[in-house]
Amino acid sequence: MNYKQKVGCNIENLKGVRDFIRNALKDHDVPDLQISELVLALDEMCSNLMIHSHQCNPEELFEIHIILKKGEPVIFEIIDDGNTFDINQFAEPDLGNLVHEKRKGGLGIRLVKSIMDKIEYQNRSGKNVCRLIKKIHFK
Amino acid sequence: MIHIKRLQEDGVDVIALIGEIDASSSIELDLAIAKSVGEGFRKILIDCNSLEYISSAGLGVFMSYIEEFKDQNIRMVLYGMNDKVSNTFEILGLNELLKIGKDKTQAKSMVNEL
Repeated sequence: MNYKQKVGCNIENLKGVRDFIRNALKDHDVPDLQISELVLALDEMCSNLMIHSHQCNPEELFEIHIILKKGEPVIFEIIDDGNTFDINQFAEPDLGNLVHEKRKGGLGIRLVKSIMDKIEYQNRSGKNVCRLIKKIHFK
Repeated sequence: MIHIKRLQEDGVDVIALIGEIDASSSIELDLAIAKSVGEGFRKILIDCNSLEYISSAGLGVFMSYIEEFKDQNIRMVLYGMNDKVSNTFEILGLNELLKIGKDKTQAKSMVNEL
């Protein structure tokens, strides 16, 4: 089963993103704690995209697809025209350094990498597709 | 959307977080803590009983105060987190860097003992 949602680049829309992910996974009886982790990972990816690739311009849209196929890992796709930022290339600063430098950033990427099994990027007919993959049990 | 309520008990500032903290609302958490510090509180409790969600934007606010609080001997203890919220802190190991109590009673004794 596939789910699709268009999102405007306004951080006020993050709540809607979380509801979309949560409701789709609830339909498939994914356990609550796992839902909350996946919701968090998508929130982090979408807020990064809105802020860093689109400067929070609400006119600019991207799409989220959720692909749930029996016996396969769940795939979340974030499909966008903007510049891709490959988080696999991002070297996370040491947690101690973050505390020392009083920096507020860098935690989101760390969360996403901890939660997801795999993050890959594709180019599909001129659009950038970020695929977040996680093995879960669902109905 | 986050609502923040502050109340003072025996020289302790209790900041209650009600709702969700994400990239759009983390600034309000930051302002509330800064205000408490600005008013001279040295003991701060963060009531998370009604905190339904927190993303890295909110975690980053707490992280950003760790060093300053150490230098100025300001004590901050969080308490009352639900399983999902506490899991978010644990994924990054922030539960090791911040002081987190189970409930208000425990948090109060932690803030007074530390």
